[in-house]
Amino acid sequence: MTTTESTPPTQSADRDDEGRGSDVSGAEIRLDGVTKRYPGQKAAAVDNLSLTIPAGEIVMFVGPSGCGKTTSLKMINRLIEPTSGTILIDDNDVRRQNADELRRHVGYVIQGGSLFPHMTVAKNIALVPKLLGWEQDRIDKRVDELLDLVSLDPGRYRARYPRELSGGQQQRVGVARGLAADPPVILMDEPFGAVDPITRQRLQDELLSIQRELRKTIVCVTHDIDEAIKLGDRILILQEGARIAQYDVPEVILASPANDFVADFVGAGSSLKQLSLARISELELRTPTTATIGEAASEVRSRAESNKDTAVVVLDERNRPRGWPWLRQLKGESIVEPTEDLVSLDHRATLNDALDTMLTNSHGGAVVTGDRDQYLGVVDFVAVTDHMRAMQEKANANAEKGAAEQEDHDPSQRVTAVGEQTDERPEPDREQQA
Amino acid sequence: MSDTAEGAATATEAPTRQRRRMSTEQAIEIFAIPVIVAVGFALYAWWRNTASLDSVELSSLEWAAVWLALGEHVKLTLVSAVIVVFVGVPLGIMLTRPRFRAAAPAVVGIANAGQAAPAIGLIVLLFIWLSGQGWFLSFSTATGKIPFLPDTVGFSVAVIALSLYAILPVLRNTITGLQGIDPTLVEAGRGVGMSNFAVLRRVELPLAIPVIMAGIRTALVLLVGTAALATFINAGGLGGILTAGITLYRYPVMVAGAVLVALLALLIEWLGRVLELIAKPKGI
Repeated sequence: MTTTESTPPTQSADRDDEGRGSDVSGAEIRLDGVTKRYPGQKAAAVDNLSLTIPAGEIVMFVGPSGCGKTTSLKMINRLIEPTSGTILIDDNDVRRQNADELRRHVGYVIQGGSLFPHMTVAKNIALVPKLLGWEQDRIDKRVDELLDLVSLDPGRYRARYPRELSGGQQQRVGVARGLAADPPVILMDEPFGAVDPITRQRLQDELLSIQRELRKTIVCVTHDIDEAIKLGDRILILQEGARIAQYDVPEVILASPANDFVADFVGAGSSLKQLSLARISELELRTPTTATIGEAASEVRSRAESNKDTAVVVLDERNRPRGWPWLRQLKGESIVEPTEDLVSLDHRATLNDALDTMLTNSHGGAVVTGDRDQYLGVVDFVAVTDHMRAMQEKANANAEKGAAEQEDHDPSQRVTAVGEQTDERPEPDREQQA
Repeated sequence: MSDTAEGAATATEAPTRQRRRMSTEQAIEIFAIPVIVAVGFALYAWWRNTASLDSVELSSLEWAAVWLALGEHVKLTLVSAVIVVFVGVPLGIMLTRPRFRAAAPAVVGIANAGQAAPAIGLIVLLFIWLSGQGWFLSFSTATGKIPFLPDTVGFSVAVIALSLYAILPVLRNTITGLQGIDPTLVEAGRGVGMSNFAVLRRVELPLAIPVIMAGIRTALVLLVGTAALATFINAGGLGGILTAGITLYRYPVMVAGAVLVALLALLIEWLGRVLELIAKPKGI
């Protein structure tokens, strides 16, 4: 029913390929029969959990609260000691290492960033490198590099204290702290739970772009299935006692939930959820009339009229979109910088994010930007609905194909797992749990 | 990417950036108290030199005697305060560690009793008991060799009694301060690979400092007032002037003693505030 090694032929393939440019710097994590029992409690918090997290992937742990997802995560860096079972990172047993030393080589990112309020941003990020005994020069360079990576200007933010940052900025610093010593494995515990939806969306996009560059192994706990679908290369859905309900790529989980529990958890609108899988970059963008700040308004107006546009996208001298005024709003001789803030979308944002943004403006569309906020075009409602319909048809076709295959093969296995993996997790057992 | 979305947030947060280390109210206290003490003392000096006092009053309020008593009082207060800090803070830390956490209520209970007991009784009873113990007498001669400290048995006993009396606020605030820290921060510290000790030293203690310092200030205030009782076991201090005024029916002496104790108390309280302000880590 599930697979850890073989990737089913779904859309995920192209999604993964995007990032295969750089080398994987992550390490494989293997949990084998991991159990956590708290004294005085009858049921185990985590009951015999076995799974493999492939190197360089983002694996999302989701499940209802109390299902043991956070406990499972914390056992990887031994913040919680397993009662039994083994956890291997890159084939090294974590319990054979000194716990403090282990944690210095495993990044840890927590909700809200959990920055130390009495330390500056730089000191917070430098914690692990300092513990590892790096030289000060190297630490300083690394801090600036990381601040750049998480889109914070080092000169401006290095010396600030956490309370002088917004929630989103604190979370960015939290991510930078987790990445500081360049660990192969990063654990994230509800990393974006404490920020507003727009900031969360940006942070998620950013994490994906960082991941494309770094290819770490990221294990991330969330209660938000949409976040899991958006970020995860694979999603692990857990039931009480951290029993695996399904562990697969998002496309398969959405298209063919392993059981009722997964179907309920993923929710009824799973075709809507597909929106979280598709990126704006997959759509064809419209390119309406653009204007540059300082240009003569009359020229712009005639250009727009010949294009049959009623609104123009105003760009600044560095090709970044600044506004999207209607033609009637163009007053004066030349184009001036719009006063209203333009909410633009990163081209890596999901269609779900795109719909959100469209609903907040009157254009029925949204301006899309690429790297460094460069203007790319405009995505509109029709493009999204067309894409949705296409995806739906594709998913239906896949599901039919899958059902047909299932009848051909061993009925207990929906997707064939690699031989050695099947030994570790007997399938019938899982069927019972489900 | 971020700067468009969060530029606005940064702008609104700019005022906190410039937030001063103290509020206006704090600033008034910090600057006004020394002035009040100086004016009060000047008024006392003026009264002492111009009022018509009889020979008993004059000898009780001899400048040399007043300075001596003041010095003894300050020594009693500060030595006890140092002991209170060096016992109370580590004890508080210990009682918040998992291994000893269960003992915290009992220990705080004992400290509570120490404070609830009448200070005068504590001082006198300790004196009666300890001044008969040989080991204590040799201990007190030994500590008497420390420069600036009186070598009387009374002083040693008074310091012990005062420390017992004033340990509660420091102990309790250390525990409260450490318990009040967001557990996710402690976990974050452990999560990035700090040892338990490193988390204590670099995360827990700095964050608990404001609460601990408030406890130390409370202890200082308690100590400076209670040190006036040390005179009953011959340990000196400004209490001597007060009791002299009472036993000799000389109201001016009594009032003078009370005023001096009050001025010193204000000054010590101010010292506590300054320490609090200095010790508070930046950023919180």
